[in-house]
Amino acid sequence: MPLLALRDVDARYGQVQALRGVTLTVEEGEIVAILGANGAGKTTTLRAVSGTVRRSGTIELDGRSLARSGPERAARLGVAHVPEGRGTFSELTVWENLRLGAHTRRGALKDDFRRVLGYFPWLEARRAQQAGTLSGGEQQMLALARALMQRPRLLLLDEPSLGLAPLVVAEIFRIVRELNEREGTAVLLVEQNARTSLATAARAYVLEVGAVAYHGTSDELGERDAIRRSYLGY
Amino acid sequence: MALRPGTAWIVPGLLLAGCAALVIGSLQSSLFAQQTISGLANGGIYASLAVALVLIYRATEVINFAQGAIATFTTYVAWQLIDWGLGYWPAFALTLAIAFAGGFAIELVAIRPVERRGHQLSVVIASIGLLILIEGAIGYIWGSEIKFMPAPFPAHVYRVGGVAFSRQDLATIAISIASVVLLWLLFQFTKVGLAMRAAAVRPEAARLVGIRVSWMLSLGWGLAAMLGAVAGMMAAASPTTLLQPSMMDGVLIYAFAAAVLGGLESAAGAVVGALAIGVTLNLLGSYVSWVTPQLLLPAAFVLMLVVLLVKPSGLFGRTRVRKV
Amino acid sequence: MRLRRSSLAGPAVAVAAAVAIGVLPHWLSNYHRSTGADVGVFFTAILALNIVTGYTGQISIGHGAFMAVGGYTTAILTHDHGWSDLATLPAAALVGFAAGVVVGLPALRFRGVYLALTTFAVALAVPQIAKNYPGFTGGTEGLALPTHSGLWLYRTAWVVAGIVFVAAWLLLRGRTGRAFRAVRDSEVAAASSGVSLPVYKTVAFGISAGVAAVAGSVYVLVNNFVNPDVFGLQLSLYVLIGAVVGGLGSLWGVLVGAAFVQLLPLGLTSSSLTSSQLVPVIFGAVVIAVMALLPLGAANLLHAVLHFGSRSAQSADVPLGTEGR
Repeated sequence: MPLLALRDVDARYGQVQALRGVTLTVEEGEIVAILGANGAGKTTTLRAVSGTVRRSGTIELDGRSLARSGPERAARLGVAHVPEGRGTFSELTVWENLRLGAHTRRGALKDDFRRVLGYFPWLEARRAQQAGTLSGGEQQMLALARALMQRPRLLLLDEPSLGLAPLVVAEIFRIVRELNEREGTAVLLVEQNARTSLATAARAYVLEVGAVAYHGTSDELGERDAIRRSYLGY
Repeated sequence: MALRPGTAWIVPGLLLAGCAALVIGSLQSSLFAQQTISGLANGGIYASLAVALVLIYRATEVINFAQGAIATFTTYVAWQLIDWGLGYWPAFALTLAIAFAGGFAIELVAIRPVERRGHQLSVVIASIGLLILIEGAIGYIWGSEIKFMPAPFPAHVYRVGGVAFSRQDLATIAISIASVVLLWLLFQFTKVGLAMRAAAVRPEAARLVGIRVSWMLSLGWGLAAMLGAVAGMMAAASPTTLLQPSMMDGVLIYAFAAAVLGGLESAAGAVVGALAIGVTLNLLGSYVSWVTPQLLLPAAFVLMLVVLLVKPSGLFGRTRVRKV
Repeated sequence: MRLRRSSLAGPAVAVAAAVAIGVLPHWLSNYHRSTGADVGVFFTAILALNIVTGYTGQISIGHGAFMAVGGYTTAILTHDHGWSDLATLPAAALVGFAAGVVVGLPALRFRGVYLALTTFAVALAVPQIAKNYPGFTGGTEGLALPTHSGLWLYRTAWVVAGIVFVAAWLLLRGRTGRAFRAVRDSEVAAASSGVSLPVYKTVAFGISAGVAAVAGSVYVLVNNFVNPDVFGLQLSLYVLIGAVVGGLGSLWGVLVGAAFVQLLPLGLTSSSLTSSQLVPVIFGAVVIAVMALLPLGAANLLHAVLHFGSRSAQSADVPLGTEGR
């Protein structure tokens, strides 16, 4: 059974239908990318999983239905959603942001802090800094760290490279791969930057106007010229 | 804060100057000292209510017009408990618990349904409806004749260097400050306090980490009601205040002015504003002969206006950049 | 007026309503006629509030203060200077306009909630100031005014309301109205289209205050008495409740709001269904319920019903209180 299964999912913003019959899966420990042009419904798909948009259809995490859950319950069940724009609590300190990541966890957090600092050692020195004053790249890493504190089974990453310099983007994707390998966290990744996504993800779905237009392994997608040119822009 | 360089020191500077003036004046004149202390006591009462207003405003951008009425109601509850034979302090403690439950319940039953479908103005109107409802309920349950509220401390006067300080005033200052500090500790050092702060500044992001934002709101109302209860009890303990349905109407106004002065989003600002208003009005009333009791309210308003004209977002407020 | 498209329906309903209102007193007792006059007063006051809050998006919780200004102008001119009642109305309007400009100018610097609280403070301060200068205002004892029959009062109140309604309708249809709405919906956009913000916002305040002042004058005539408590906090709150329950930004909502705020409490009190002590409790509960069920006011319900099924049935022009801080 896949970790995450979406079957025939529709989603709408008011009168506008953003997703039509989207079907996709993410296996345990897999990294899957969602690609497509602006407005294709990539972000909406992540929102459908975390429950931050009105949706209908089957959405199951490990067989458990998320269809009626809001984001609070999704978080409790092990879904960590790092939204577009990072979702940083800018007015709070770096440390408080991390503590908030662990909101759904019970018990001592010492181990979690240690693990997180293992990936992002620079956080220790900046713990009292107001999160909003960090650079874009640092905030993205803080967002990842926050998600890690949650010990999620599934990480929803929305446009992590947005507004960041290529070197920073490379570092972030390196960390995502490391997280996936070391912690076994599955990742559903939305990215405009198709090349980087295909280099990181095992499989990808290409969305067009709210529906799945094509899916396959990254190698397949990367090889097919026609696919690359029409959907991925290179 | 979007300030011109150098102006960041104006506010702390002014405050320090003000405090210095108070100390110097107190040393010079015992009347001044007495009026300062009783002004601080009044300010303490305004501060509790002002922080309650800020609590709710920060979380929902709504001004709760019913805050004073809720405070009056809880004070009546305390009166009733004492009337039934409970001692003052046990009644106080029980009242705080009842206030918390009441505030929580009000948010759940009256505010949440409005908030779900309406916008801020609808919630403000609902709070006005709540104000009318609660003051009416007080009249219905207890009638509108004035009740006598026993004082927690037998009237005692401390004399320091020829100046007389009433025990009640000092207790009011201490209790008001203590309740605000306790609240601060809750917010800074507990998991639930952090969750409440997160829910107030970024509700959507808070949901994503698993915080049940609507419960945080109810909690906020419960805590605000508790603060109101403290304010109400302290107000009723003052010999010049009578326990009647409209008891906290005036205090609410001063609390608004204090909260606005402080910048509406800052509890510390509200406390400073409240103390400043309390002291200033008391001194004005004592020393400026044409400031009659009726003019105190407009005076507070003028004070608020002056501060806002100079700093439109209040003493400690942040000037917001509006996105187009 | 929202019913622009169906261009005949609007005026037709207005005329019908006017006729109905005109004919109504025939069946009413003298007492109920003065109640009807009160509804007319609130109609005018709520309309005034709508100009500033519903149409230009500046929140004011202090219109009781402007009513006080008008009311006292009328009272002082009639009582101390022997003016005839109706002649004082234009004077009250002018004084009100001036007061509105005086408040509107500093208000330019305040946003949303700060403006609301400042106007709230003004509403509270004015009665206190009135109490403080009894030589001028008659203090707490107040000033008495000549009485009139219920019918006279009813007619005066509703004629004034009618004039104001028509004037507002004409004003809001034209350039000024569009400018007002532009200011409400997006100040930045309005300013970039050449709408002079300070001028329009201040003018809106002035007009609104002038109209409220006239309402205050009639109110004082209806009560044939004025003292500071007449224009206390409750008045400002009720005008605001009426405006929001009726539906901001809608001229029709004004009628609903005025009726709601005047007739519901009265109806509850006289119905002897419940003890009079419970009336405010029930009224408050109804206000909360209305806000939960019809957050955009009754007029929006009407609008939705009339435009049932069409696109524009989804809500309205009322994005308030969110205009920055």
